[in-house]
Amino acid sequence: MLTIKQIIDQLASGETTAVALATQYLDRIAAHQHLNAFITVDREKSLAQAAAADAARAAGDTRPLLGVPLAHKDIFCAEGWKTSCGSKMLDNFIAPYSSNVVERCDAAGLVTLGRTNMDEFAMGSSNENSFYGPVKNPWDLTAVPGGSSGGSAAAVAARLVPMATGTDTGGSIRQPAAFCGITGIKPTYGTVSRFGMIAYASSLDQGGAMAQTAEDCAILLNVMAGFDERDSTSLQQASEDYTRDLNQSLAGLKIGLPREYFADGLAGDVRAAIDAAVAEFKKLGASIVDVSLPNTQMAIPAYYVIAPAEASTNLSRFDGVRYGHRASEYSGLNEMYEKTRAEGFGDEVKRRILTGAYVLSHGYYDAYYLQAQKIRRMIANDFQAVFKECDVLFSPVSPSTAWNLGEKTADPVAMYLEDIYTLGVNLAGLPAMSVPVGFGSNGRPVGMQIIGNYAGESRMLGMAHQYQQVTDWHTKAPQL
Amino acid sequence: MSLSIDDVQRIARLARIAVTENEVIESHKQLNQLFSLIEEMRSIDTTGVEPMPHPQDMLLRLRDDVATATNRREAFQAIAPAVENGLYLVPKVIE
Repeated sequence: MLTIKQIIDQLASGETTAVALATQYLDRIAAHQHLNAFITVDREKSLAQAAAADAARAAGDTRPLLGVPLAHKDIFCAEGWKTSCGSKMLDNFIAPYSSNVVERCDAAGLVTLGRTNMDEFAMGSSNENSFYGPVKNPWDLTAVPGGSSGGSAAAVAARLVPMATGTDTGGSIRQPAAFCGITGIKPTYGTVSRFGMIAYASSLDQGGAMAQTAEDCAILLNVMAGFDERDSTSLQQASEDYTRDLNQSLAGLKIGLPREYFADGLAGDVRAAIDAAVAEFKKLGASIVDVSLPNTQMAIPAYYVIAPAEASTNLSRFDGVRYGHRASEYSGLNEMYEKTRAEGFGDEVKRRILTGAYVLSHGYYDAYYLQAQKIRRMIANDFQAVFKECDVLFSPVSPSTAWNLGEKTADPVAMYLEDIYTLGVNLAGLPAMSVPVGFGSNGRPVGMQIIGNYAGESRMLGMAHQYQQVTDWHTKAPQL
Repeated sequence: MSLSIDDVQRIARLARIAVTENEVIESHKQLNQLFSLIEEMRSIDTTGVEPMPHPQDMLLRLRDDVATATNRREAFQAIAPAVENGLYLVPKVIE
């Protein structure tokens, strides 16, 4: 199937049209509904958007991405589209305004093919927490696709869309990208506006791009990124062309391998695939440095205090008064709140709200929330120390390849432990990406994580692109 | 330390989530598993470490004090569960 780069060229030369592309992909989406990658598809609306793109091009519009199709994670509000965030709470919510990300994609002329499935309110690592049912991994229908952006990852992997938006609070772009064998990038915190992106943990949430190749991720990130006054933590920085370093040589590049990320618990087949990828980078001129991130283990408890604390606050807005679900029977205001929230939220969301309410409650704040924020600083400092010794860090994305559907649902804490290699990046606010580097012994994809320093996206995308010029893992697609 | 059944009921009340007896028992078990993991963090010496509420220690941006939001009352009320005469309806608060 075509990459975004190829689609842009074909649209420009007149070899294809936006309507032809949209039709082709919508047909593929319809033929692969068993993957459950989408929550909402609106063929008529998508084709109208495509027809408008073709008409604009015929009238002389030269926006390069005009008519290129994509899908949005169902967390980005899009005016007139149901925006459920994977929750029963928002099953009836038609967004009355668009997120900054959707506005930017619309302004670039992109055609929305649908809204992808996700863990409820982006809380999960397997996409089994969706009100709309789990997404299946296109490589193996008995495996999870990862989460929370599992629908976006599965849709790109199955070539139902050429690219998709995602969000990453603790690994939610990188881990599903790894499990589904695609490329995904979470940029530096503050790069992509959070305006209209339904909040989970605001100091960690960050939007990003998912596609087949690093080059396509750079193209999509160019559309998504930029200062937005309506997001109080949006970075005020000059706009950047994320494709600028794609052809830069890797000679002299110093890659750090954090030894804590290769310790006990890492599966042998994942390790072997990472080792082989590192060897390729050496051939491309990079050198390897052994480094240490001593507080790695503490990322899990710190994250599972900070994220639920912020979630319990953010999700207090779902009260059955202004939008979303409201219980049908109640007596009194408190019972209306309590029943609405009991009915509207799923188990994992409730668990995190309760955790957050506890760590923020009177008498526990210092012991949990404040302590977690101090550890967060130690983790961020660890990263800054190692970036004095190397330009970038390589690691696995996840300790194993995708696990089986249902395998870890009974034990939430066991599932949290799988996030060990991705959480530190969010706590520090660093950019990181997942690049497909092979397959495990069970035939399921392996992703390698590239972690950069703040604002290091262009360089990271360039490294991944150079690797993708000499390997073909990113071209592998599942047999469906 | 571990959470008691009473703690679980209290935080559910604080979070405004109705819980059945079975849910309290199940949540109690799972929250204690999670907190046994979280407890590991408390043994770390963080003396003198500044808390980090936000990556890159960004300060909140200030802007001119002018109205920027447009009036979208009708669009917003169209998606509310219950409205009347431009007001959001809730159950009686004062008996």
